[in-house]
Amino acid sequence: MSVHTLPHPRHGVRTGRSAVMPNGVFGMLIFVVAEVMLFAGFVSAFTIMRRSALVWPPPGQPRLPVEETAFNTAILVASGVAMLLAGRAFRRHAPSASRPLVAAIGLGATFVVLQGREWWMLIGGGLTLTSSALGAFFYLIVGLHGLHVIAALGFLVYAWRRLARGFLPPGVMGAAEVLWLFVVAVWPFLYWRIYL
Amino acid sequence: MATRPVEIREGHDTPGHHEEPSFFVKYLWSTDHKVIAMQYLFTGMFMALVGGFFSYVFRMQLAWPGESVPLWGLVTPAAYNMLITNHGAIMIFWVAMPVLIAAFGNYLIPLMLGCDDMVFPKLNRLSYQIFLLSVVVLFSSFFVTGGGFGGAWTMYPPLSGEAAYNNTPAGQTIFIVAVALEFVAFLLGGINFVTTAMNSRAPGMKLYDIPMVVWMIVIASIMFMASVGPLVAGAVMLIFDQTLNTAFFDPTRGGDPILWQHLFWFFGHPEVYVVLLPAVGIVAEVITVFARKKLFAYKTVLYTAIATGVLSFTVWAHHQFIAGIDPRMANIFTVTTLLISIPIAEMMFVYIATLYGGSITFSTPMLWALSFIATFLVGGVTGIFLGASGSDIYLHDTYFVLAHFHYTFYPIAIIGTFAGFTFWFPKMFGRHLNETLGKIHFWLTIIAFNGIFLPLFVTGVLGDNRRIPNHQVYPELDNPLMNGLREVATVFLVVMLLAQFVFFYNVVVSLVRGKKAEKNPWKSNTLEWTADSPPPHGNWKELPTVYRGPYEYGVPGRSEDYWPQNVPN
Ligand code: HEM
Ligand SMILES: [Cu+2]
Repeated sequence: MSVHTLPHPRHGVRTGRSAVMPNGVFGMLIFVVAEVMLFAGFVSAFTIMRRSALVWPPPGQPRLPVEETAFNTAILVASGVAMLLAGRAFRRHAPSASRPLVAAIGLGATFVVLQGREWWMLIGGGLTLTSSALGAFFYLIVGLHGLHVIAALGFLVYAWRRLARGFLPPGVMGAAEVLWLFVVAVWPFLYWRIYL
Repeated sequence: MATRPVEIREGHDTPGHHEEPSFFVKYLWSTDHKVIAMQYLFTGMFMALVGGFFSYVFRMQLAWPGESVPLWGLVTPAAYNMLITNHGAIMIFWVAMPVLIAAFGNYLIPLMLGCDDMVFPKLNRLSYQIFLLSVVVLFSSFFVTGGGFGGAWTMYPPLSGEAAYNNTPAGQTIFIVAVALEFVAFLLGGINFVTTAMNSRAPGMKLYDIPMVVWMIVIASIMFMASVGPLVAGAVMLIFDQTLNTAFFDPTRGGDPILWQHLFWFFGHPEVYVVLLPAVGIVAEVITVFARKKLFAYKTVLYTAIATGVLSFTVWAHHQFIAGIDPRMANIFTVTTLLISIPIAEMMFVYIATLYGGSITFSTPMLWALSFIATFLVGGVTGIFLGASGSDIYLHDTYFVLAHFHYTFYPIAIIGTFAGFTFWFPKMFGRHLNETLGKIHFWLTIIAFNGIFLPLFVTGVLGDNRRIPNHQVYPELDNPLMNGLREVATVFLVVMLLAQFVFFYNVVVSLVRGKKAEKNPWKSNTLEWTADSPPPHGNWKELPTVYRGPYEYGVPGRSEDYWPQNVPN
């Protein structure tokens, strides 16, 4: 969708109402509502399963790497902070958002790589999708989050490239912020419910 | 005075550049909200024919078990299961949703809010394309080995999770994929609807000036988006169970099948209000115009709808009273279920109060709207018997439940749609429908509808279980009274389906040589009636400005009995 700040041939004559927030941001916020409920669905299913299990965690399964993942969590949160800074910089002077945006992307990508390494080790240790309820839910929920991070990273790269080419509409930047902050904010919650 | 920066979208006429688009671009690849609305409308109507045909086949089997059904043949148990499953799923996900929310939402929201299109036109086009894909995927499930899925539209595991139980190894998964695609389509649509309603209203249109049907579609979209997540979560888990051998819902390997029921009905109950609200909104538009009265208690209706939306998230376990849930929990859900009938009843009373003292014209749309109130009331009242866990233990899974929800869904999806379609037809197509044919169609349909489902309340109370392909196997269900009632229901169904030919005939004839419609044939207040009939691409040459609420009919001291929203004084 090409966006210009020209007056619309028809809208141009109008004054009066202006939008509460850019369309992109508003649309993304609504999308995030649906996403929150999606994760809530998974996590409550997991909680019910865990509560009703006779022994938990299931015997003979590797322990989830609580400490390493705490470190990964810190990295992802740092990436969220970088995104906040990018947003603030963008509203002050758009081009200056480039650096913190790159930092957010870099930290986010590091998170994905470290989580991938963790999966590799867990699969080696015998935790698979079919080895136990823990394995099934772990790969399902953490995997879903991972897919979200990867998709959101794609969006951030797209935003960064438009910024580098000289024009990033505020709506797109706002939407990227909302999406990334959601992906970051949901993770500590998942960490708490699944790892701890 | 600063002009507000606005987006110029590709596909919209930019100044000094106007070419007639090709047929393909104009009707199949269009981002125009009206074209997308028509795509949804006609796809939904086509699906209604498919779902209607399915119901014809299994009702014939129920009335005359084991006999060959014309146009189909013998109905095997597997075919019976496939037919009822897909009938329910099609009517809810591929008829009620696309027509009530997507078609009317797309058509009405920009026109009633006074803007030229949705805020995300390309997302809108994508929404329909994904919807169409979901239709294709669903149809493909009928032709794979084992045939279409037959584990009921509620997809309860373990039946739905194991090919060894349901005998539809491919159909079970394709079915879920189709439903999931449909959800994606509505997610995109809903984002558009809510954003457009909040950001693109005409200047001067305050929140309380928004026509009720737009509010209802917006609230329904928000409810849909807030409820669909857990079901998508459940659907992913179910697909994993089917294809990757996980055991989320398999009790023999430590899974929990009741968990699915919670995830499904957490969505499923709000979903019934998702389709209800747009229909309630359509009825509000129709009765105010044809009673020439202001909508009684606009704000009350609005807040009631919001309260219903919130409450509807707290009643889902009334579908599970005998699924082995804790009886204390059943009590709580009984209370919430009885509570939610209060706002629903209140809305009905508000509509009756709107009609009171009005000068009523019994036009075809008005007949549909009035019959909505009458029939939906029966559905709502019977819901109370089901909501009380004591009586539900007896009535659960009988034809009483089936009659209950058809007395709710039918008014919503069929009567509500006809009310809206006949009301906005002159705007959509620039011509009038034939009133006589419209009334014949109305009376045939409405009498036949009651003829189908009233007998089924009775068989239900007599203990007739749902989802049994052949009652002759159960001696206690095989008696002259129950068989007679089943036959009555089937005969009326055939009448009802045949009556639809009157409708299609009327539509085709009116499109070709119906009376030409002016801009505002019903003397209505809302903005869509200020555009040409049918509205051109972009809707208006100059976008309207709003000065008052949508229901100023019969205002004392004015020469006209209506006062359009865009007229300064
Ligand atoms: C908005 C309109 C409504 C619709 C579209 C609707 C739809 C449905 C559907 C589809 C089912 C059965 C699902 C199945 O078992 O396959 C159902 C069952 C039920 N409905 Fe409604 N309903 C509506 C309104 C109400 C109201 C107002 C109440 C109560 C005040 C209610 C109470 C119930 C109960 C308790 C059941 C469960 C019955 C059982 O399975 O034993 N419904 N409804
Ligand atoms: Cu319900």
